[in-house]
Amino acid sequence: MTFDPSTLFAMFFYGFAGLLVFSALRVITACNPVHAALFLVLAFFCASGLWMLLKAEFLSLALILVYVGAVMVLFLFVVMMLDLDVEHLRRDFKKFLPVAFLMGAVIVLELSIVIIRSFIGTNAPVQPMPEEMMANNTQALGMLIFVDYVYAFEVAGVILLVAIIAAVALTLRNRKDSKSQNIHEQVNVVAADRMRIVKMGSDMAAKQDIRGEKK
Amino acid sequence: MNITLAHYLVLGAILFATSVIGIFLNRKNVIVLLMAIELMLLSVNMNFVAFSHYLGDMAGQVFVFFILTVAAAEAAIGLAILVVLFRKVDTINADDLDHLKG
Repeated sequence: MTFDPSTLFAMFFYGFAGLLVFSALRVITACNPVHAALFLVLAFFCASGLWMLLKAEFLSLALILVYVGAVMVLFLFVVMMLDLDVEHLRRDFKKFLPVAFLMGAVIVLELSIVIIRSFIGTNAPVQPMPEEMMANNTQALGMLIFVDYVYAFEVAGVILLVAIIAAVALTLRNRKDSKSQNIHEQVNVVAADRMRIVKMGSDMAAKQDIRGEKK
Repeated sequence: MNITLAHYLVLGAILFATSVIGIFLNRKNVIVLLMAIELMLLSVNMNFVAFSHYLGDMAGQVFVFFILTVAAAEAAIGLAILVVLFRKVDTINADDLDHLKG
């Protein structure tokens, strides 16, 4: 039993797309935020498969690395850090259903008007990529990023730096119960701060008096 | 059976509509709200990659790259704000966050 490539492509497309839509629906309806985060991971895996079908190998792997590896782990950490009252958060779930479906219907109507009028049934042939970009997706993307879009790339780096500093600055706090060194005080210490010399009489009688008191 | 550009566009539209519904359904739960926004960005990226493939232009994939960057930054800062908020008011219920109301 053999398939021609386009049938195989269609099978993979429908498989990934179905799983993607299912996991997206589970994300927005899951009771537990942890389950929502895990279904979002599944959605990203499916999307990455779909991009792989479109020969965007670099982006599909970057999606897994960036989203599954970093962003979703961050989400999971935060969900576990916060002590959530899930029942309280979901109490009005049913109340929002009508307005949610109204908004969803509006969006579907708008998008379907655009798509049906412009794209359905045109069946335009796939425009081939320029020859030097066909060979290696990563190389082609790198050439574009580091030659044509190099300033935008630098700006993206600055945005990430700002995000790092902002996230650290927001969550940093001085805890009252943690012990830490004060380097400035340590360096500037003088002997008088640390040791106090007490003048005492050196005769035996005084010592015996002290012992006697203890007994 | 050929998969055309329209197939991918319809998939992106379904994802986008799903996440819009999700934003309205989970109005109280800020974490799921952020996840719905991530899904929305994913559907936009899906359209970009599909157009890039079917029109033979790599620039769309470069744009997806930048959207991924901004989405990661947004998620990090959003979650940091959420953590600070939870420390201050002990809830992430969006209805309880009315301190700016006069």
